[in-house]
Amino acid sequence: MTPLTLPAADNGTFTPPTLEELHLPAILPWGADEGFNKQMLLVLLSVVFIAWFFIAASRKRQLVPGKLQFLGEMAYGFVRNGIGKDVIGGKDFMTFVPLLFTLFFFILVNNIYGAVPLFQLPTMSHVGGAYFLAALVYVIWIGVGLKRFGLRYLKLAVVPSGVPWYIMPIVVPIEIISNFVVRPMTHSLRLFATMLAGHLVVALAGSGIAFLVAQEGFLLKGMSVLVLVGAIAMYMLEALIMVLQAYVFTLLTAIYIQGAVAADAH
Amino acid sequence: MHQLMVQAATESASSPLAPNWWEVLVTAVGFAILLFIVVKFVVPAFEKTYADRAEAIEGGIAKAEKAQAEASAALEEYKQQLVDARTEANRIREEARAEGAQILAELKEKAAADAARITEQAHAQIEAERQQALVSLRSEVGSMASTLASRIVGESLDDDARAARVVDRFLADLEAQNAGAAK
Repeated sequence: MTPLTLPAADNGTFTPPTLEELHLPAILPWGADEGFNKQMLLVLLSVVFIAWFFIAASRKRQLVPGKLQFLGEMAYGFVRNGIGKDVIGGKDFMTFVPLLFTLFFFILVNNIYGAVPLFQLPTMSHVGGAYFLAALVYVIWIGVGLKRFGLRYLKLAVVPSGVPWYIMPIVVPIEIISNFVVRPMTHSLRLFATMLAGHLVVALAGSGIAFLVAQEGFLLKGMSVLVLVGAIAMYMLEALIMVLQAYVFTLLTAIYIQGAVAADAH
Repeated sequence: MHQLMVQAATESASSPLAPNWWEVLVTAVGFAILLFIVVKFVVPAFEKTYADRAEAIEGGIAKAEKAQAEASAALEEYKQQLVDARTEANRIREEARAEGAQILAELKEKAAADAARITEQAHAQIEAERQQALVSLRSEVGSMASTLASRIVGESLDDDARAARVVDRFLADLEAQNAGAAK
């Protein structure tokens, strides 16, 4: 959308869109730098979409499900069994199913926005949402570990069993850094960066097409078709990554929680 | 993480790593609302449906098993009844056979008894008739002989008493002779 407003064909040089230009002005107050923006609107809309769909799908509770209920049950079963039960397992996993379920569909819908015309903004390409979700998961898995094992959990989390004592000075700092420092950063940045990159590529292709079409020469105009073909391929790849990242984020959440629930098992 | 964010924020206001705190807040609120709805409505509804479905299927299986058990129990019972009926029939047949044999034996015995009785009666009757014949013969022979003798000797032997004595004596002699001959 944005690149179409930037016919950068002033003196024959192509200026790629900057990150600044990807952040649209606020909706409320209209056109302001700060305020209620598109990203926030999309987040709230996603809540409405997801809640509406799953309440409608789960409301009838028929033994032989209809199409909508079947779809809802499949989606729910995918997270419940495919992520929760398989990763966390045991008798504890049901506690975390609502969290995993909400995370997966919240991120999925917010990512898919990037592939839907008019919405066309993966909300996680703004880093705030990704930070929040990763921080929430960080607090939850540490909380689970502390609740289950008390302060002993901090030792369990950083001192691996079966390692000779003389390697400990190396292993323990690595474990501390990897578990408590790097983990939330990678968790949030992975989601944010893939979404931002995808969004940038699509925007770049769009502005490239707009630039080429505005050129004088027939050949240059024709080149825009090649860019369009490439852009469509990237769009397909992005759609895949949007789904994949929602899954990866949720799967990692389940793995972190499993690590906290069974901290004494390794 | 915090240090990184601060660093990013200080470098440039538009760094992609610097969060818009309002976006963080909106995401948090939206996520919280969604999580609440999921915990309150969606997960319980799906879990309840799963449980109901599992129960319905297991109930159906239990029902079928019960019906199966009932059917085999009924079959057992019928077989038992059949065996009982056969045993009963055999017993009745055996009893009938024994009874028939007994009746036959009784009849035979009775027939033999009747035959013996009839024979005895016949013997008795014959004996009586013989005695009667003997008596009448004796008197008749006596009278004929005495008539004959009176005619021959001319002596009236019409006096019954005397005639009878003569005849008796004569017969007694005859019997004595017969008895002697028999010995």
